[in-house]
Amino acid sequence: MSILAVMEQRGGVWNRMSFETLAAAQQLAAELNTTASAAVLGQGIEALAAELAGKQIEKFYLVEHELLKEYTPDAYTLALRQLLAQAAHDYVLLPHTYQVRDFLPKLATALGTVAVSDVVAHRVEAGAVVLVRQLFQGKVNSDVRFIGAGPHFASLQAGAYRADQVRQGSLAVEKFIPAIAAGDVRTRPLERFRESARAVDLSAAELIVAVGRGIKEAENIALIQELASVMGAELAASRPICDAGWLPMERQVGSSGQTVGPKLYVAIGISGAIQHLVGMKGSRTIVAINKDPNAPIFEVADYGIVGDLFQVVPELIEAFRKAK
Amino acid sequence: MKILVAIKQVPARDSQLKIASSGRWIAEDDLTYEINEPDAYALEAGLQLKEKLGGEVVALCLGPARAGQTIREALAKGADRAIHIEAEDPSAYDPLAAARLMAAALGAEAPDLVLTGIQSDDLGYGQTGPILAELLGLPHATLVMEVEKLEGGIRVKRELEDGWFQHVLMPLPALVTVQSGISKLRYATLMGIKKAKTKEVRRLTPAELGGVESAAGIHLDRVYLPQRAKHTQLFQGNPKQAAAQLVEKLRFEARVI
Repeated sequence: MSILAVMEQRGGVWNRMSFETLAAAQQLAAELNTTASAAVLGQGIEALAAELAGKQIEKFYLVEHELLKEYTPDAYTLALRQLLAQAAHDYVLLPHTYQVRDFLPKLATALGTVAVSDVVAHRVEAGAVVLVRQLFQGKVNSDVRFIGAGPHFASLQAGAYRADQVRQGSLAVEKFIPAIAAGDVRTRPLERFRESARAVDLSAAELIVAVGRGIKEAENIALIQELASVMGAELAASRPICDAGWLPMERQVGSSGQTVGPKLYVAIGISGAIQHLVGMKGSRTIVAINKDPNAPIFEVADYGIVGDLFQVVPELIEAFRKAK
Repeated sequence: MKILVAIKQVPARDSQLKIASSGRWIAEDDLTYEINEPDAYALEAGLQLKEKLGGEVVALCLGPARAGQTIREALAKGADRAIHIEAEDPSAYDPLAAARLMAAALGAEAPDLVLTGIQSDDLGYGQTGPILAELLGLPHATLVMEVEKLEGGIRVKRELEDGWFQHVLMPLPALVTVQSGISKLRYATLMGIKKAKTKEVRRLTPAELGGVESAAGIHLDRVYLPQRAKHTQLFQGNPKQAAAQLVEKLRFEARVI
């Protein structure tokens, strides 16, 4: 019995979620009375091993190959299959990043298993691991178990485990060179790029008013803009609003937009899908206005109004005016 | 180009969900259903490619009899024909078991391009696409915003995290999961709805496909409403009073304004 955390890097820089995964692997290892190891894939990334000095990692596998320099699902899957064939692990934990979402289902399928994706918590019951994940965009939770032979893969939602709880100890670094041929890699990634420079830096805003699908029509955005103006807040939005072109992409908060942490975040007509929550749940005070009392946004909200935003927001504008 | 689009029927997005008495799934009695929104974008991408390049769009759906409505809508929007794997309790299938049925249903279809949404709005595993690719032996790319046909393959634009993008060159046949929200979804025309009635829907059962095993690697023990991690102060009722109470709390309790 052993646990492996697969960590993520790009260009020799850690993806911060890697340390949440490492902490989770250490915690699970302690619960199952075993050890946690870790692996990272890339090329020319030896310096990353040094950055882990002082952390409790049974073995740290530095998986290096020229064809792992740029991520491709084929090379990553092949390298991890070979690593797991040589160093078997019962549970393999990964951060639920875009990259992991891309290759993990393929890797698990190649090994005849099913990964549990986007896990928010776990517990050990009579030696068996029960994973908690969300269904219906966070409206419902479910308990999931693995059946059959491992390795059992799980990807962990951002923020579900705490990076600052990584245990200290010692680590042994082991290099692993997978056998990958150019012909094994069927896709060719080109340069990464950004569409445009961001003119709006929402991360510096103290007050943010954000609007979501509940606003229904582009013309109704003006109502939310008025509230933002009265409050002296920046206007932001969830993804569907920016996709529809009702507000520019640079005002999008969430996993594909900006991450913000204002004093006050007012979410209006936003149900609170995880992709949005990861971008704003670090806000000091969160207010949610939504007609559905079971909307997941209320799980992170300090204050909430359950009601029709078209009735509530005009009253809020009035109340903020009076408060000035 | 022969394009296969995998679609799923799920409860409507604004449904108020209750847990079934079994505790194993949600209560389905009063729900209305619609196409899984991410799959609607995959269908749209498929129809646009067909308009540009010619060929055929085939919809593939694993779902109970009621999913026939969603299939009809896909045909009305422009899909040429459909394959319906009729399974009474599709939520019982884990992603690998579901993808195995879909791969088996494809049989000799041999599409050039397989499209799926990025994830389902109900189970949300986000795995059907890459699993299906592995089962079919196809290269894949996820979170794709554009597909461009090139000599001997395609060039896709993938979305990465934090506002980054990347182009990826791929040979055909291939599988691509389509990012939601990338285009405007079309409505079915009256002519389309009329035509859909005469289009072919091939119905298959899991038994015919040799895949009656519904859980290949994971088991869903139970579903339940989440417990609030945070204590939320809720103001209900009269909007004017609720608004006044909220502003008061923000000023004197949270002290953020």
